[in-house]
Amino acid sequence: MEALLDQLSGDRIIEAVKQSGVRTVLTVPDRMTEAGLLKPISADPDFRQIRVCKEDEALGISAGLSYSGQRALLLFQYTGLLDSLNAVRAIAAEYSMPICMMVGLHGKEPGVLPAESKHYAIRIIEPILDVMGISRHLIETDGDVAKICPAIVSAYETSTPVAMLIGRSPVAP
Amino acid sequence: MMKRDEMLKVLAGKIAGDPIVVAAYSTAFDWIAIRPSPLNYISSGAMGMTSSHALGFALAWPDRKVILLDGDGSLLMNLGSLVTIAEAAPKNLIHCVAENGVYEANGSHAIPGRNTVSFAGMAQNAGYASTHEFSDLAAFDQQVGDVLDREGPVFATLKCERGETYPKDYGLMHGPEIREEFAKAVKDF
Repeated sequence: MEALLDQLSGDRIIEAVKQSGVRTVLTVPDRMTEAGLLKPISADPDFRQIRVCKEDEALGISAGLSYSGQRALLLFQYTGLLDSLNAVRAIAAEYSMPICMMVGLHGKEPGVLPAESKHYAIRIIEPILDVMGISRHLIETDGDVAKICPAIVSAYETSTPVAMLIGRSPVAP
Repeated sequence: MMKRDEMLKVLAGKIAGDPIVVAAYSTAFDWIAIRPSPLNYISSGAMGMTSSHALGFALAWPDRKVILLDGDGSLLMNLGSLVTIAEAAPKNLIHCVAENGVYEANGSHAIPGRNTVSFAGMAQNAGYASTHEFSDLAAFDQQVGDVLDREGPVFATLKCERGETYPKDYGLMHGPEIREEFAKAVKDF
């Protein structure tokens, strides 16, 4: 029980992503998630990794893939989300595409809600997603990992975007 | 310098089979009038995203040709996609840029680097399999068939100016109907 409260395991997240049917991961490195998620995903033959130069590219690529039924996960830092807001607005929100974003909240204090972070950049993420009408889930501990697979499956079944906010650095497998 | 509509008519005449054609803004409106098809995709949403959508389609259906009709202003907003596409290296992707040197949909103001930047040069240095540049319609007519047959990712700069233009229906571009029609057309790929 203790582990569920204060730990976030990278391998559990990766397993949940696999269960959702995602086989393509579009990435820009994020210091918070690189060891626990990006590095093992990069080495995992079950995934096709596509390195993008800038985060908004990932929205276009994922949208294109979605027409074939191929599920993709976008993995980047909240700064990339902020930089991509026009693509999020158009492709994810207005076009209602199944864009699944896993967003590292680098700098968020573990155990502190994003809204209560001392960092302005962290505090504004959830309100921005809310005003854009984008479903969000905070993934802070192993107990939250169970949200991931249903969130991605639902995104594709309903053709709607979703953001999974990684609230602490996942432990490397 | 080629007239864009004349260049697109030549291209349409050289296309074999049923490729997916992803097109940006002014070129998109011309293209869907010149070669209507449910496999035309013009809903890139945000400027610059055309090339990224095309990469997604090319990776989704590696046995289906994907022709991307990008704009110079659009590509400038997503230059990194040249590197991403080159690394992903889809053999079925033909990336064309209609280079008119202006933001035509926004008052025809000049793009940065007009008359100095080389899009084909950037694509070559990014690692595209082959790059080409056309400004003469007769030469384009003669060589475009070979360009389309090459293994991708192929890049072609198409230097052009506005010719006859066609209705610009942004409601169609961003509305759901054209995407639904596309989704229906690719359902059984």
